Amino acid sequence: MKQMSKIVRTITNLVYGFIIIFGFYVIVHGHLTPGGGFQGGAIVASAFALLLVSYGSLITKKFLKKDFLSIMESSGLTMFIVLAFLGLGITFFYNFLANIGGWFGNTPVIGPNPGDINTGGVIPLMNIAVGLEVLSALGVIVLLMASGAEFTKKKENS
Amino acid sequence: MKKIIFGIAFILFFSFMVITAINMRPFGEPTFSEMDDYFIKNAQVETGANNVVTSIVFDYRGFDTLGEATVLFTAVVGIVALFRRVSR
Repeated sequence: MKQMSKIVRTITNLVYGFIIIFGFYVIVHGHLTPGGGFQGGAIVASAFALLLVSYGSLITKKFLKKDFLSIMESSGLTMFIVLAFLGLGITFFYNFLANIGGWFGNTPVIGPNPGDINTGGVIPLMNIAVGLEVLSALGVIVLLMASGAEFTKKKENS
Repeated sequence: MKKIIFGIAFILFFSFMVITAINMRPFGEPTFSEMDDYFIKNAQVETGANNVVTSIVFDYRGFDTLGEATVLFTAVVGIVALFRRVSR
């Protein structure tokens, strides 16, 4: 895939960092605002897709490694399952960190309020795990599809 | 023979539909909402998260999310296996 024109590349340089930051914001604030792991991961993966479309797969592959993303995906899913198993003293998927103080255990104000980031128990951790998994899974899919298109085009031309 | 089996199956199916339609609640009345009331009243106290939707997805129905994450993982494994010659 050839890279696109200079206008598109400049706008991509301006915008893709903000898209990634917005995606991580949606992931981390999943227990306070609408959104969560799946949605934020999809937003970050859309930034990867934007890079891939505007720069072409040959340049993008230099700083977006498939193996690294694949390891991050597996570790995200493993982290999710381990977090689910840690509550096994009471039940599977028990929220054992809620309302005990500390980083994730502040007691929230009941009723409509803007919210405190240090609440939610195990829910923010699970959001981060699922977000890592989704963003790297969609990134791997987009990267592999782009290099597959490259491969097919090379075969057709030869 | 085929027509008789088809007719019996049709009559059974249709009678079940009629029974369900008779037993349904009157038109326009709200559905049963004990579950929703429980979530709205207790989710913030029990899980400590302000977003009740997230507390349902990740806490009360965690198995559902586990299944979704596993489905996504399986899809990626299939795609990596499909493109294994291209990716190196």
